[in-house]
Amino acid sequence: MPLLDTQNLTVSLTQDGIETPLVRDVSFSVERGETLAIVGESGSGKSVSSLAIMGLLAKALQIQSGRILFEGRDLRHLDDEALRQMRGRDMSMVFQEPMTSLNPVRSIGSQIIESIEENLGFSRSDARARAIDLLKEVGVADAERRLKQYPHHFSGGMRQRVMIAIALAAEPKLIIADEPTTALDVTIQAQILDLMARICKDHGTALILITHNLGIVARYAQRVNVMYGGRIVESGNARAIYNAPRHPYSEGLLQSVPRLDQDRSIPLKPIQGSPADPFTSISGCRFHPRCPYAADICKQEVPPFTAGVACHFPLTADTLEPA
Amino acid sequence: MTALLRIDDVSVHFPIRKGLLQKQVGEVRAVEGVTLSLKRGEAFGLVGESGCGKTTLARTVLRLVDPTSGAIWFDGTNVSGLRGKALAPYRKQVAAIFQDPFSSLNPRMTSGQILSEVLHVHAFDGSIPDRVSELLSLCGLAPRFADLYPHEMSGGQRQRVGIARALALDPELIVCDEAVSALDVSIQAQIINLLEELRVKFGLTYLFIGHDLSVVRHLCDRLAVMYLGRIMETGTSDEIFSSPRHPYTQALIDAVPAPDPDGEDAREHVNLAGEIPSPLDPPSGCVFHTRCPIAFSKCATDVPPLQRLGGHHAASCFAIDQNKKTTDPKIRNAQSQ
Repeated sequence: MPLLDTQNLTVSLTQDGIETPLVRDVSFSVERGETLAIVGESGSGKSVSSLAIMGLLAKALQIQSGRILFEGRDLRHLDDEALRQMRGRDMSMVFQEPMTSLNPVRSIGSQIIESIEENLGFSRSDARARAIDLLKEVGVADAERRLKQYPHHFSGGMRQRVMIAIALAAEPKLIIADEPTTALDVTIQAQILDLMARICKDHGTALILITHNLGIVARYAQRVNVMYGGRIVESGNARAIYNAPRHPYSEGLLQSVPRLDQDRSIPLKPIQGSPADPFTSISGCRFHPRCPYAADICKQEVPPFTAGVACHFPLTADTLEPA
Repeated sequence: MTALLRIDDVSVHFPIRKGLLQKQVGEVRAVEGVTLSLKRGEAFGLVGESGCGKTTLARTVLRLVDPTSGAIWFDGTNVSGLRGKALAPYRKQVAAIFQDPFSSLNPRMTSGQILSEVLHVHAFDGSIPDRVSELLSLCGLAPRFADLYPHEMSGGQRQRVGIARALALDPELIVCDEAVSALDVSIQAQIINLLEELRVKFGLTYLFIGHDLSVVRHLCDRLAVMYLGRIMETGTSDEIFSSPRHPYTQALIDAVPAPDPDGEDAREHVNLAGEIPSPLDPPSGCVFHTRCPIAFSKCATDVPPLQRLGGHHAASCFAIDQNKKTTDPKIRNAQSQ
């Protein structure tokens, strides 16, 4: 049994009585201890699907259909209290901007200690000792003194370390990290991602890493889901997808990024047009207006997701354009 | 070729004032003794992390910030002392593209009005509506975009309007401050290609500020790596990426993950320890010595001068002769192909 099994998840936004699907029929699973990356651009549904898993959807967003099984239990059938207990203990989340996820008027220590007391039922002094251990583990030097400090005393990278400490506090089985390093400088980004990778390995924690950075996926993830227009368009082993993408969108993404490991005179091949706007209705495959290979059927029928790709004409080794 | 822009030993310090009498209690040394020159028609990159001074330097070139010392020469004229009306000709020749087109475009004006305003202010002689359509089409936008407000456009389209505005007065130099950083991957590639196309077409010179090394390497012929207000290393893109000589440049390149799982597995990663120190209280000697893996005692006391290494290449490091490590073999091979 996978740790997390999301089946046919559809999430919609209801606004002025109009329902707009943001996540469409998304199915994927995460095994214990593995790192799954979810890549996609704005509006691809990558963040909304993970908020749905955490049970953190805003009021206007609703799960229309589908199942979210965590160790076989359907999270949609849990009441708020049961779900609240699972958050932190079984799964936790690290967000992009640690300044907005930490309470600015409470000390770092009280925020970490609270989550330990809450999730593990520790006494105050045990929780404090655990908080110090956690801060040391995530690389915050002088942990005892820093517990008394407030978020504004910490740099961006240090705040993200604190968020990771809080996420780790109860040794959850799954951590969802939503663009955890997008706001950080590149040398700090490498520190934080290496830290997360090491911690997940040491504790056997599964990690869902949501990112738009294809390099991060290549360095840190074993498997990857590529999302576009609310759907998973391609899913599989990261190495296989990078070496031979099967969905034209995956191919387009890989050809769009300038790379340090290639000659700088190789021109970029951008994908035409703009990412699909969830509020605009697009018939058939939502990528068809931008797809260089689109045929009539692509405008009419939503391609089924089979063998790891949702495309009427998946690329094969012969059709693949040389990178 | 003569230099179009010459930044001559420029320092920019911001005073920190406190108390009722606004007494100066310290200063932020945002840029410290930077010398650079840009040839006509080249794209020059400035890279570095937060607080390295790249944006302050760009703003100094744009004359939005006054240099504390040093001078900015444009086409043979010292423009750093110019004020008021005397600046107008310079403002025509130098334009800027900013990171976030949503906050750099007036939300109450259509893109047509935004472009017309620039032309109007600088007394464009010719038909303004014709020029507006021409500018939009140069940037890949249909004429109907003239009637749209910024919120009616996507991020990529807004940035195209930002570029059209920069082009409006036929400038010689465009300062691009993180011009593609806020865009989605697929749109970023479109805008990078557009910037390249326009540079070739109009013989433009770019000062391109960025934190994404792959983007800067792709777009720029030469670049300078900055750290805490100083230049650590400068040279052509090929010199810097195939044989970086400053330990900071080496660490920066190493920190960028390549979209290639095989390459990433084969590559060894050595992360820089520690955080970027505050520019309020920069380290003594070489500003990088607190994080440098090869620092020795002299680095904490003396400031290393920028040493020439042949070609355009120069680096400021005392250990330059010992430190000849090249980057990832794949990058090296890509360069020599």
